[in-house]
Amino acid sequence: MTESQAKIEAKDLNIGYGDFVLLKDANFQINEHDIFIIMGGSGCGKSSMLRVLTGLVKPLSGKVFVDGVDFTSASVKTKNKIMQGNGILYQSGALFSSMTLAENIALPMQLYTEYSSSQIKELASLKLALVGLAGFEDYYPSEISGGMKKRAGLARALALDPEIVYFDEPSAGLDPVSSKLLDDLILDINQTLGTTIVIVTHELSSIFAVGNNSIFLDGETKSILARGNPNELLKNPPNEKVLQFLTRGEGKNA
Amino acid sequence: MKKIKFDIEKDNLILSINGDILLYDDNENKQKLYNAAQNDKITKIVIDATQLQQWDSSLVAIIFELAKIALKRNIKPEKINFPVGLDRLINLALSVDRKPAQILENKKTFLEYVGDWGVSVYNGFNKGTDFLKQSWQALKRLLSGKSVMRGIDLSFALEDCGYKAIPIVTLISFMVGLILAFVGAVQLKTFGAQIYVASLVTIGMTRIMGAIMTGIIMAGRTGASYAATIGTMQVNEEVDALKTMGINPVDFLVLPRMLALTVTMPILTMWADFMGMLGGGFVGVTMLGIPMQKYWDMSVSAITMDNFLVGIFHGLVFGIVTAICGCYYGVHCGRNADSVGLATTKAVVASIVWMIVMTGIITVACEVIGI
Repeated sequence: MTESQAKIEAKDLNIGYGDFVLLKDANFQINEHDIFIIMGGSGCGKSSMLRVLTGLVKPLSGKVFVDGVDFTSASVKTKNKIMQGNGILYQSGALFSSMTLAENIALPMQLYTEYSSSQIKELASLKLALVGLAGFEDYYPSEISGGMKKRAGLARALALDPEIVYFDEPSAGLDPVSSKLLDDLILDINQTLGTTIVIVTHELSSIFAVGNNSIFLDGETKSILARGNPNELLKNPPNEKVLQFLTRGEGKNA
Repeated sequence: MKKIKFDIEKDNLILSINGDILLYDDNENKQKLYNAAQNDKITKIVIDATQLQQWDSSLVAIIFELAKIALKRNIKPEKINFPVGLDRLINLALSVDRKPAQILENKKTFLEYVGDWGVSVYNGFNKGTDFLKQSWQALKRLLSGKSVMRGIDLSFALEDCGYKAIPIVTLISFMVGLILAFVGAVQLKTFGAQIYVASLVTIGMTRIMGAIMTGIIMAGRTGASYAATIGTMQVNEEVDALKTMGINPVDFLVLPRMLALTVTMPILTMWADFMGMLGGGFVGVTMLGIPMQKYWDMSVSAITMDNFLVGIFHGLVFGIVTAICGCYYGVHCGRNADSVGLATTKAVVASIVWMIVMTGIITVACEVIGI
């Protein structure tokens, strides 16, 4: 571990593509058991930040540490090991369309555990039940709704009992009730399993409902404009942009 | 009365809008209006909408253009009896304060185009060799028992490019044999040598035509399907999901497909050879009057092990080429629907081009070693 007790630590991150820089000198840390929100307006680099944190894209410069291990320049073997300790819920669910829900969830277990096939089957059913999809084991992703796909994606993300779960815009495309149910599920996972959760979103209701720490990214200055508990940021906004964002442009505290 | 009428009085531009302005398309009048507003002498713009009745976006676009010119020249247009909705739309359009993150360069010089092309060819070459290396490493992992490739994926791929491809290979190869026989017969008939149609078709099909036809069919059928399937997985973030689970997409997606096509292509080529001979036989027996037994004997005597093996080798190489092209363009597909279409097209074109290139290389190699 580094000197801090951070689960994830970003140091001097510069994120972009080619010559185009999206974010400069981003420094922040995510503590164990946090529900950490990465927020900001459209196009500010939230999803790119997530892709860097999850190792899908290399930053232009800077490093990401996971449990004190340099994830950015780790060997493929180390990187894969760290990745197996992560679960990710993608915006679309990203379920493998040629597999049933149970097969989707079983895949990481088949590859990385010594469980027998009957144990894997049981565990897959349990994970589906945890996200409210008991009985949907033999359904294909094309046969379920968008909200159910996200839940199934979450069940797959939880397959290997990860220490960190990343969420990319979890509320996108969901009706308010499904969105609220997903927020409750995130809270349950965090509280019961102690999982560290990182969420990229600009959905205010979710931000205030689940987040206990956050950073606010600004596309114009290409920097982190604010950090802290979102509810505290709403009470004491450090600048006008954050206030505008957290109050849907109304400019006064709710 | 003109619907959109403007007059210049001293340094004032007075615009009168009359009646219904719906789908307004008098471009000449619009251009004259914009030119007048840009005239340095103009210091005031008045827009009188007293007579305006119904309006649509065509009017909003005109006023928006005018407002932009006025804004550039620091003139605040004076609006008379302006509809509230129209005013709000103009303000909304003018209020957008976001700037594009990147300035798109749309004008390039010839040299820049050539330079860009050179860079893209170089990058493409690097990506291609890198993909070949990754595929080779994936194969080595499989042989050393460290691959994450699933047997079930291989069996699905074998099924897809194996017996499911037989009907189309059968039909096309039969027709090609038939055409070869017809074309050959026209010439051979003049010498009374129709019987040699059997040799012509047999040598043609076994040496190269069977493999080429199977290759082209499989490039269009299976190579395209590989590019589209993996490309769609890229769009749906399924490939990202694999990567973040620590699963190598080449092991998981590419290897089973590559193995399946490498195994099935030589078998399909053999089948195509047989069907082509059958097609030729159909013409020979029914149209040229060659007895079936005689045709069969001529065909069998024309088969040589060299020709047969060269044909099968072609099939093997075409299988590898088709699988590599299909999977490569799928893995390097962009993240939208257009990219999937583009990846599919490129996969088929590249497969066929590389098949022809490989045929040339094999033919020269065979010539050199005397096969």
